[in-house]
Amino acid sequence: MIRSDILRELAPTLADHLVICNIGLPSQELHLIDDRATNFYMLGTMGLASSIGLGLALAQDKKVISIDGDGSVLTNFGTLPTIANNVADNFILLIIDNGSYGSTGDQPTYAGKKTSLAAVASACGCETVVECSAEDTVQAVKDAIASDKMTIIVSKCESGNIKVPVITMDPVTIRDRFMGAVKA
Amino acid sequence: MDINTRIVNDLVANDIEFVTTVPCKQLAGVIDAVEASPDIYHIPANKEDEGMGLCAGAFMGGKRPAIIMQNTAIGVTINTLVTLTQFYRMPLPMLISYRGELGEPVACQVEMAVHTKALLAQLNIPTYHFHREEDVEELDKILKYTFMCNKPVAILTDATFWKGY
Repeated sequence: MIRSDILRELAPTLADHLVICNIGLPSQELHLIDDRATNFYMLGTMGLASSIGLGLALAQDKKVISIDGDGSVLTNFGTLPTIANNVADNFILLIIDNGSYGSTGDQPTYAGKKTSLAAVASACGCETVVECSAEDTVQAVKDAIASDKMTIIVSKCESGNIKVPVITMDPVTIRDRFMGAVKA
Repeated sequence: MDINTRIVNDLVANDIEFVTTVPCKQLAGVIDAVEASPDIYHIPANKEDEGMGLCAGAFMGGKRPAIIMQNTAIGVTINTLVTLTQFYRMPLPMLISYRGELGEPVACQVEMAVHTKALLAQLNIPTYHFHREEDVEELDKILKYTFMCNKPVAILTDATFWKGY
């Protein structure tokens, strides 16, 4: 399974929750599969999906799921200690770990080599860290939602991309629509 | 009232409830005051762009944010300011220690100081410079202005300003 397969299977589970989706192909794929007002698409700023999600989770009570990638977490490694030390039990960080920088041509990341993001998250102090296969990802997300515990999920999948159009929605429209969904 | 309490009171009076900080020696007192405030959730960040991501999320969750950081962070955060804060039109007051100005003991700080205002001008970021004690009188209006126009706004605070207290 590649990332777009996971997103396709996951979409019905995400539908009731606030989603902060990573820059590039992940946002484009989610937008294509199931565009919703509860989705915040990042059009730039690699690495900050987890930070935006944590800030959002700390500011209000609804569940927040940040869909991140291994490359983006490596870009913003300081996020894991901040998450660990500012527990928001309505926050789930789903790291889709395909061991590559998918949006830029599948260059390998260190997470696909010696570095275990699950071990790093645990070492940073994150209390609930789950590593799972691509096939088990939907169940892992459902379990995390049901647990009401801040959870970091590292979903190990194959690298690969589908052809998707870029998002042409205006950023202020994305943000305004999303904030309406947060308040609803 | 000391300057740090004064600044935090202005933040609270403007409904700012979520403050992220990356420390600077000049900002130690105000960071302590933020931490001590029962009205503010203080979340230290490891890097300023991470802090701006936290602030973007808090804003979308209905809380007014602010960031406290050193001017060296302008070099770290240009991409985030442009592609997140400005692109999505989000407000962000940035209380910035303006290192490398008169009274600075560390030569390397001057290297960033000489670029600070030029970079902020290039980014079209409204910029205020607190040099004398009484300049703090404008903080309340600057905060109101920031949340009126939904832009990042810089408040540079130099060594002369901080030493005045």
